[in-house]
Amino acid sequence: MAVIEATDLRRVYETTTGVFRRRPLEVEAVRGISFEVAEGELFGLLGPNGAGKTTTIKMLITLLLPTSGSARVLGHDVVEDAREVRKKIGYVFGGDRGLYERLSALDNLRYFAELYGVTGRAQKKRIGEVLEIVGLTGREQERVEGYSRGMRQRLHIGRGILHDPPVVFLDEPTLGVDPVGSRELRQTISGLVQAGKTVLLTTHYMFEADTLCDRVAVIARGRIVGHGTPRELKSHVADRTVVEVEAFGVDEETVRRLRGMPGVTSVSIEDRDQAQVLTIQSPRGLALTQELPAWLDGAAVGRIEAREPTLEDAYIALVTESAE
Amino acid sequence: MTTALLVWKMLLFRLKEFAVSAWFLLISVLQPIIFATIAFYMFRTGGKPGTLLYAALGAGMMGIWSSTLFGSGGALQWQRWQGTLELLVASPPPFVIVLLPMALATSITGAYALVSTLVWGRLLFGVPLHLAHPVAFAVAVPVTVLALGLMGLLLASSFVLYRHANALSNLLEYPVWVASGLIFPISLLPGWSHPISWILAPTWGVRAIRAAALGGSPWGPIGWAALLGVVYLALAAVFLRIFEYQARARATLSLT
Repeated sequence: MAVIEATDLRRVYETTTGVFRRRPLEVEAVRGISFEVAEGELFGLLGPNGAGKTTTIKMLITLLLPTSGSARVLGHDVVEDAREVRKKIGYVFGGDRGLYERLSALDNLRYFAELYGVTGRAQKKRIGEVLEIVGLTGREQERVEGYSRGMRQRLHIGRGILHDPPVVFLDEPTLGVDPVGSRELRQTISGLVQAGKTVLLTTHYMFEADTLCDRVAVIARGRIVGHGTPRELKSHVADRTVVEVEAFGVDEETVRRLRGMPGVTSVSIEDRDQAQVLTIQSPRGLALTQELPAWLDGAAVGRIEAREPTLEDAYIALVTESAE
Repeated sequence: MTTALLVWKMLLFRLKEFAVSAWFLLISVLQPIIFATIAFYMFRTGGKPGTLLYAALGAGMMGIWSSTLFGSGGALQWQRWQGTLELLVASPPPFVIVLLPMALATSITGAYALVSTLVWGRLLFGVPLHLAHPVAFAVAVPVTVLALGLMGLLLASSFVLYRHANALSNLLEYPVWVASGLIFPISLLPGWSHPISWILAPTWGVRAIRAAALGGSPWGPIGWAALLGVVYLALAAVFLRIFEYQARARATLSLT
């Protein structure tokens, strides 16, 4: 039996637009998503900002009602049996918020332990275990306001697993955490799966998904546009060559021009430190590196390098193709 | 029993949270002293014997109400701002059980107001602290504080759904002071306003406390305050179930 089942989940947000003459506006954040997560699996939902990842996870953890479709966690319907679902899941959101800043980590953990029915001696023992798991032993008496972002995030995870839930939802848990902190968090997440928990992780860090997830679903504009193991997704672009170009001063028009270049299947651009990095995909065997400088006329071109496709390339290809 | 223990533990947590909030303590201790000082001067000018303690108790109650109103009104919005509201809503206990200790903590912290007002009145204005019915006074104060906390819970229940509803709390401070007879007797108010006064716990709370301190019959008002508290709790439980469901439908839990 699947531990998490989402069937044709859809969520529409109703809002208004305009200042004086307000008009109703409907935003379809999730447009019929279906997937299943098996027991003990670490399943990743990947997608760009605004793709519908958080909305999906919030429907699964009972914080949002689906507009249509259904979802079950451990056999309990997330709308009809919300309390049963809540007892059996843990969830962690990324970011700074969600903690009582002026109180200590221990106070925070004690409070949520009470809420989740972990009381008395069991509470003291469990809090000790959780602090050990998230690497905060010895720092629990300090006020949370003095914690670094990584420590807060680890405390969030500690809070989420206090009641030893069989299913854990992690919504971008490494958001804004430095590389060392992220690595520690990834180790913590791996530990959860080793302890037999089923984990649903949303992220837009491909390395994280590649390292951690058994299976992933790529979500874009509210729809799943690809799913499978990281290896299966990578095979989606195995017949392609990826060229990375470090450049300066590349404008929208140049990117548009590149997309029209014969043989190019996708172009993405990312700001990295002072430079821009263009990632250009084309069918394997097509030599673009010679021609590219001419197509980047007007921009200062640095390093040009062809490499093997990664999960990130598969992700970019899926997201780009879904937009076309 | 388990629920009562849970409420108790969470109440201690909330009291600790308020105890480290300088702003909240300022509201609870300093503001009532200012009100009390004004009230003492006003009532002293009136020159009636016994009215200084009457004024002190009224000013203390004003402080409890202010603390409850701003605390309960602001508590949910504060939970939203710091990102804990969703965590609380998605925890297993019914939301009324989660919110109840928060509301009670605001009125209990507000009880500092009564203490600080009486101490201030005694030290600076020589207000006599002779209590006509000490036992009734010892019952009336906690019942009143509890009833006010439950009234705060009822108000806060609407703040789950309407995120700007706590702005309402700014409007409700003075009208409740007046309608509850905290400043002057409600008999001075027009007749049509009396039913409004009767459904407000502070009306019965201040009557009970004044009767216990100054002489009179405190047990009736104590009973009414307790009954109103139970009604507020029942209404809040119903409203919170509805409002929580609607907040999940409208996606207002995480909005700030």
